[in-house]
Amino acid sequence: MPDTHHPIRYVAKNMRLDLRLIAEMIPRGATVLDIGCGDGALLAHLSAEKGADARGIEIDMAQATQAVAAGLAVIQGDADHDLAFYPDGAFDYVVLSRTLQAVEKPREVLRQMLRIGRHAIVSFPNFGHWLLRWQLLSTGRMPMTHTWHRPWHETPNIHPCTIRDFFDLCALDGYAVERWLAVDDQGLKTPWQRSPWLANLFGEQALFLLRRT
Amino acid sequence: MSAPVAPFPQVDHQRALFPEGLALDCGTMIAPLAVAYRTYGTLNAARSNAVLVCHALTGDQYMAEPHPLTGKSGWWDSIVGPGKPLDTDRYFLICVNVLGGCMGSTGPQEEMTDAEGRGLGRPWGTDFPNITIRDMVRAQKRLTDHLGIGRLLAVVGGSMGGMQALEWAATFPDAVYAAAPIATAAYHSAQNIAFHEVGRAAIHSDPAWKGGRYWEDGRVPAQGLSVARMVAHITYLSEQALTRKFGRRLRGASALTFLEDVFEVESYLRHQGSTFVRRFDANSYLTITRAMDYFDLAQEHGGDLASAFRGTKTRFFVASFSSDWLFPTAESRQIVRALNAAAANVSFVEVTSDKGHDAFLLDEPDFHRALGGFLAGCADRLGV
Repeated sequence: MPDTHHPIRYVAKNMRLDLRLIAEMIPRGATVLDIGCGDGALLAHLSAEKGADARGIEIDMAQATQAVAAGLAVIQGDADHDLAFYPDGAFDYVVLSRTLQAVEKPREVLRQMLRIGRHAIVSFPNFGHWLLRWQLLSTGRMPMTHTWHRPWHETPNIHPCTIRDFFDLCALDGYAVERWLAVDDQGLKTPWQRSPWLANLFGEQALFLLRRT
Repeated sequence: MSAPVAPFPQVDHQRALFPEGLALDCGTMIAPLAVAYRTYGTLNAARSNAVLVCHALTGDQYMAEPHPLTGKSGWWDSIVGPGKPLDTDRYFLICVNVLGGCMGSTGPQEEMTDAEGRGLGRPWGTDFPNITIRDMVRAQKRLTDHLGIGRLLAVVGGSMGGMQALEWAATFPDAVYAAAPIATAAYHSAQNIAFHEVGRAAIHSDPAWKGGRYWEDGRVPAQGLSVARMVAHITYLSEQALTRKFGRRLRGASALTFLEDVFEVESYLRHQGSTFVRRFDANSYLTITRAMDYFDLAQEHGGDLASAFRGTKTRFFVASFSSDWLFPTAESRQIVRALNAAAANVSFVEVTSDKGHDAFLLDEPDFHRALGGFLAGCADRLGV
């Protein structure tokens, strides 16, 4: 399977592989807002390697402080409350990685992302993965996997969705899906991307590049 | 009644004189203009490493050296020096006594001048014109022009100093590469104006104030100014900080007494008040608190704070402290949101601290790391 042996061209220090896939979608010199930017690994990479004007929002104060101390333009804030203050079309790309399922109002967050950005890049863990389906069916309890590893009463992931659900929301709100791919938990591409049905069954994470229509 | 307190001694301050004077927001021309300042570090050949540090209400230009009157170490000694966040090996730091102050810049204590700039042989006192934060900033701009600095690497300030940092970015956007407003707000809240008014009322009610003409008989309204300082000092601390420092501890006395300080916190405040009057002028206090009260950056720009920063290229670092109830985080967040609306480049952190408003002056490693990292990042981008 050639896709799983995708050559790694560049991996920034401490940068997750799924962030590398996101970085590959962003052209040189773009203006980028990374929502839930953590310690700013993606921002640092985009600034240094792609000459991007990259800014971030991070809810966790310690991580935001670390990013600011590294000289990155990061504000402590959150997707649900801070996006409304940015003007229309302020960014070329607005990134939300592994966070959509944890926000209060995912649909509104997505709407704000495509208001303030020309493109949105969204990654989320796929709740349609076969192992989750099997665990729920066979045990009758909330699934626990490598990706969904916290008990239902502890998880911050209050809005899980599947890849097919996400396609539906994009259609409902009129967003063009420019690219999409399913990846395994290490962020490596899986070969299911020709079929949303198969991707929904076998992809652990999904990555979407959306555009306003 | 305590013994009369004499005015503090005059000392020589390093200062620049501008005979042409300064046109104030209130319409008055004040001439000549004196701007007292201190510098730390060395200006590089390209004049690109200058950082202006703006002091708070009762601060002054002696931010990182012993104070000429009190002998105490500078108010930002902890973060100014080689290898520190305000790195004197890398930056040329300028700290200016604000217009209206009492450490050598033109203010109520300096000799009054007429419209032609002639000395009248008496201090300005309460005839000193109403000034604004923007007037203070314009006076600082005179100095940086005089020093041949076209663009400051950064303007940094806490509390009233943060108001000046914001005003710099709004008034002289091309002259400020980066601005760091800390523990501050884009306007002075009604609550803060109210506390200031208590302080001013205390000064006004001191018989020694004499309608502002206390300089005539060589004494100062020490009682009133000291009470003003005591009230203000409470607003600089948090409830937790007071509890940690003093709790309900009694001051030695075992018997109940109403004649002297009973609780430790009382004698602490009284000490703060009595030392303050030995380094600060009452009419300066009235003038500067008023300037803070007038401050409303949005109102200067048609009621929309974002329009104060529209199109700005300045990079911003906004910081607040979780237990600061004088300039609470919500007010910093308003600044951040306005900057976002103006598509400005902004960093923001709320530092967790139980030390109240004063935290920006104290040992807060997270804050120091964030401020230092922000400045270093800006300097890197400019190749400083």
